[in-house]
Amino acid sequence: MSPKLRLYILVFLIMGLGIGLISYKHFALGFPLSPDDKKSVWTIEAKIDFIARGDPVIVSFALPPQTPNVVFMEEDFASTGYGFSELASPAGRRAQWSKRTASGPQTAYYRLSMYETDQFIQPPIAAADLPAEPEKPEFDGVLKTAAITLLDQVRSKSANTEIFTRELIRTLNSNTPDQNQRLLLNDQSSEDYKTHLIIHLLASEGISAHIVRGLYLNEGRKRLSLTNFVEVYIGGRWLLFNQNTGENGKPKNFLVWQRGDQSLLDVIGGKNSKISFSIIKSTQSTRNLAVRDSISKQAGIIDFSIYSLPIEQQNAFKMILLLPIGALIVVIMRLLIGIRTSGTFMPILIALALIQTTLLTGIIIFLTVVGTGLLIRSYLSRLNLLFVARISAVIIVVIAIMASISIISNKLGIDQAMTVTFFPMIILSWTIERMSVLWEEDGPREVFIQGGGSLLTAVIAYLFMTNRTIEYLTFNFPELMLVNLALILILGQYTGYRLSELYRFHSLERRDVTGKR
Amino acid sequence: MLLASAKKLRSFGIIGMNQRNFGLISRYNPRHLYPLVDDKLKTKLLAQKAGITVPKLLGTVEYQHDVKLLKEILQPHAQFVIKPVKGSGGKGILVITEHDHNLYFKPSGDSIQLADIERHVSNILSGLHSLGGKPDNVMIESLIQLDPVFSDYSYEGIPDLRIIVLCGYPIMAMLRLTTHASDGKANLHQGAVGVGIDMGTGHALHAVQYGKPVLHHPDTRKTFSELVIPHWDKLLQLAAACYEMTGLGYLGVDIVLDRDQGPMIIELNARPGLSIQVANAAGLAPRVAIIEALKTINPDPQSRAAYSKQQFATNAGMYPSRLLRARSDDQEL
Repeated sequence: MSPKLRLYILVFLIMGLGIGLISYKHFALGFPLSPDDKKSVWTIEAKIDFIARGDPVIVSFALPPQTPNVVFMEEDFASTGYGFSELASPAGRRAQWSKRTASGPQTAYYRLSMYETDQFIQPPIAAADLPAEPEKPEFDGVLKTAAITLLDQVRSKSANTEIFTRELIRTLNSNTPDQNQRLLLNDQSSEDYKTHLIIHLLASEGISAHIVRGLYLNEGRKRLSLTNFVEVYIGGRWLLFNQNTGENGKPKNFLVWQRGDQSLLDVIGGKNSKISFSIIKSTQSTRNLAVRDSISKQAGIIDFSIYSLPIEQQNAFKMILLLPIGALIVVIMRLLIGIRTSGTFMPILIALALIQTTLLTGIIIFLTVVGTGLLIRSYLSRLNLLFVARISAVIIVVIAIMASISIISNKLGIDQAMTVTFFPMIILSWTIERMSVLWEEDGPREVFIQGGGSLLTAVIAYLFMTNRTIEYLTFNFPELMLVNLALILILGQYTGYRLSELYRFHSLERRDVTGKR
Repeated sequence: MLLASAKKLRSFGIIGMNQRNFGLISRYNPRHLYPLVDDKLKTKLLAQKAGITVPKLLGTVEYQHDVKLLKEILQPHAQFVIKPVKGSGGKGILVITEHDHNLYFKPSGDSIQLADIERHVSNILSGLHSLGGKPDNVMIESLIQLDPVFSDYSYEGIPDLRIIVLCGYPIMAMLRLTTHASDGKANLHQGAVGVGIDMGTGHALHAVQYGKPVLHHPDTRKTFSELVIPHWDKLLQLAAACYEMTGLGYLGVDIVLDRDQGPMIIELNARPGLSIQVANAAGLAPRVAIIEALKTINPDPQSRAAYSKQQFATNAGMYPSRLLRARSDDQEL
């Protein structure tokens, strides 16, 4: 295997691994690729009121089921003086508050914060969810005739169960109900009555159905109640139907609270119980939600990631993870553009300092310190010092310059200039030393070429490293480093001309043209 | 136009920095051999062992406290050159042409004192001029005497001849002439004139200063068309022999002509630059291709020099012949 092929295989593997991890985090764990991605988080509060009669009290309340399409961030249960437990039953989760004796008005709260994910996973139907053959309901005399007539009428207009259900609901809700419909719906047509009527009618056709109660998520609404839906078992899966319009499918911003015919609320030892819902919407960054969710789910990739570190270390890594971007810029600038910099990675260090000081202030401070340093260094060179002593002297001079800049700018009220301390002084001293040697040996021109090259590279690296999206991506997708590494490995293979060489050799081209004439 | 088209440069066979680093230096020069050429003292011993003439070593300084001894070392010599042992690109070289009591004169006529020389030596020892800033040693050599053939073509300095040797075959040559602008140094960046040399005859082909063609020396006004390098065969053989001496496949050999002692090797370079292509108005790639196409490397430096002389000769005077380019294009196919 040739080294070149080996390198390409390596690059391919690293790149594949990086992109694979990024896609996993994006698609499976829901990490957004943009820092501005936001999600609506709904906080739902259920308030249960009842009057206790002075006996032992047990309040049992149905809780919404957890499905892959919604993420429950937080659930709170509150009621003073009550014992609380959460029970799991085949019919769903229930909250239970209990107290030995209570009298007078009582209140219990349940609060849930949740958001909907972007994924649409159809949860597999558990064996317990499979419906039993529906029992044919018994209708009384007149109702029976009305029901049979209605069902015949609907059946004649439909081709399959889905259409049949829709048609049935539409007919029952029609604006101009005929006699049969009026009879069936009765005068006391409450929502619950209508739901049960539909379920019974479907059952007499041999179709399994059950009631679904849910909540429309609307912002800032108070005293809401649950809305009834009908879920019908068709072709091996449950389909949700709106009992007022016949539309099927789960509406957007709708939380399924309870499935099946169990009661929503049971109060033993109390009367006049009522329940009301209120909803508050808040907007949160998708990234925070994804991190939170992944940590709570203990996804391996997140559990062993930077997120598991203390916040302080996380912030340090925010900076460190930007360095590879700077390195990539340096590689591009040197290998493709051919810009000469003083020291290979000094531009990255300057760029890091610029991030702390902001661009313009940073450049001014840098030029001031290096310029003053060069002047003083040229004096030091006349003092006949040994090299190590001289560079140490330069460090001290640099510190003195930095201190004076800070103090003077403070007196002048220029706060930004005090950020001078963010420049690493060893780097500044070394720059000054190298530049002054360069000045003596190759003249000021070379100093400006290399100094300018370093500064230009630093500024470009700075612009990339401060880009919000890049900052966000490098921190939240450290796997990007692998992609970066693969790119640098590929660039290491580049043997073509640098941009600067097209200029360096441009006289050759011209000469050839005249030569051919 | 300010930029050349990459396609055209490629068709001329111009090699860029990336390709030089990748295709020549890292392919032909094993890292562990670098010290042989980066350490000029080692190179000198090696050359002497191989029977190649080098400038005479007058003394060395290894430690800071030996700087005091400098006066004694320098006392008997009127002319000398102080060099960092591990310097690169001609950095840190101090030439003294005249010595009068406490005053030392540079080629430009500027005078400096012993204290200045001591400081220079101590800077070198601290590693100011060495690769990577490592502590360095100082060597003091005898001054090379300007060969009269070049007296019309140099200003305040000694011209040197750079020959690129690939796998023992000299492939391209350039004469670097000192000028007023280059401060007596044979450094193209600083304004020395680079003269492309015909590998077949040692005649000047073409000259550039600051990357632009020139027809005569900027200071002496002498036209380059009359410039011929003497002992050409000997020089090529000398360069070719450096391959056996160091084992480096891609080598820049710097040779000077001394009035009294003839050709001498002053320095070897494991990372020779690419300006030689500008001075020759020709690319290295076709010539590299010819050498790389050889099945075996002739063990005899003289035959290799003869092969190069015949293979890379130009017959077209100031401008490179298109014959060579046509042949090299075939080679690349």
